[in-house]
Amino acid sequence: MMTNVGNLVTQGQFSFLPPLTDKQISAQLKYALKNGWAIGIEYTDDPHPRNTYWEMFGNPMFDLKDPAGILMEINSCRKTFPNHYIRVTAFNSTRGVESPTMSYIVNRPKTEPGFSVVRQEGAGRSISYTIHSYATDKPEGERY
Amino acid sequence: MKKHTKELTPSDSSPVDLDAEFRASNIKEVLDKLDRELIGLKPVKTRIRETAALLLVDRVRKKLGLTAGAPSLHMCFTGNPGTGKTTVALRMAEILHRLGYVREGHLVSVTRDDLVGQYIGHTAPKTKEVLKKAMGGVLFIDEAYYLYKPENERDYGAESIEILLQTMENNRDDLVVILAGYKDRMEKFFHSNPGMRSRIAHHIDFPDYDADELLAIARLMLAAQNYRFSPEGEKAFGDYIRLRMKLEHFANARSVRNALDRARLRQANRLFEGAKKSLAKIDLMTLEAEDILASRVFLEGKLDGESNSGTETKK
Repeated sequence: MMTNVGNLVTQGQFSFLPPLTDKQISAQLKYALKNGWAIGIEYTDDPHPRNTYWEMFGNPMFDLKDPAGILMEINSCRKTFPNHYIRVTAFNSTRGVESPTMSYIVNRPKTEPGFSVVRQEGAGRSISYTIHSYATDKPEGERY
Repeated sequence: MKKHTKELTPSDSSPVDLDAEFRASNIKEVLDKLDRELIGLKPVKTRIRETAALLLVDRVRKKLGLTAGAPSLHMCFTGNPGTGKTTVALRMAEILHRLGYVREGHLVSVTRDDLVGQYIGHTAPKTKEVLKKAMGGVLFIDEAYYLYKPENERDYGAESIEILLQTMENNRDDLVVILAGYKDRMEKFFHSNPGMRSRIAHHIDFPDYDADELLAIARLMLAAQNYRFSPEGEKAFGDYIRLRMKLEHFANARSVRNALDRARLRQANRLFEGAKKSLAKIDLMTLEAEDILASRVFLEGKLDGESNSGTETKK
């Protein structure tokens, strides 16, 4: 499953790059704010790629001018969930709905155990494949 | 890390072009505009000049590698109603932006309602949201003394003040907080929140205007709306201000603005009912003495504006 070097979960933008520094995150946030996008912070400890709905950390932030406030919020989320995935999503509302336009991970667990392949034998010797995260063997909140 | 004690090198005495820096910052333009558009307010202008000078020198110092902590620029504006606190706060945001002290230079103007919640757990997110909006700019808290209500111990204002203080301290580079309010009430506010007082470096008092300054303000206000006084009208308005200043609920420039609004009303009525059918552009622009002398301040020595004086006090 993993094709990248560090065996990290890749999801959203920049996930093949080394982790973004706060300065780089600020620059990305600034770009989003310049375009008038609202920004939300979300976290999860279920790394499955089909896990689309992460928990929101506070409300999405509208009408901000400067990334400092968002960075403050990101840092407080990191403090609360140091071993969770945290992502920042920018929402564009020009089409009348808040559609995610940018999304990138800003925090990861210290170790990411990765995924295994699960084979399920079906009728007529057919096999269906799926992936399973080792982390999700433990209950939510105790995974990392 | 650089060494704190530096030895003097020949380059340390080389001249620094403060003047070029001054020109490059366009700050002169802003300060001149301030002088032009704000009448009076000597102590305020002096303080703004000082602040501008400090920030400018700081910038030059930074270029030469002489680092110092960013100065704390939280301010408190005290003064009577209508002395221009809000107007100056707006300018302050622009000036600080020009000097590169704040990144965006926008002003977020809030009152107690925007900061304090209605139930437990409501205040903190509310205050934080406002603070986040103000980051990179200036947060202006009007009538700041309302934040703290000592008579009600279950009031959530204290929680809001706590968060404010924390952010003022930790995010000093990200935002400037300006508190404003009437002098006596702000005194009381600081008395019960000593932490707030000590975190605000600049306490600026806005003096009341005298009659001539108010007349100059009236002229500026009219010019901004494409009106003007006739010579008699101006004299009458000077008399009006002198009389009005003695009456209660006098709110400096705000009273002047209200008086002008009423004079415009009377002017419109005069033009409408007047015999003169062909009006020139100049007629539409001019406030005559009779528009002003019709005020109840002259006729009865009472306030204008029907029965109540509520129009004069701040909403």
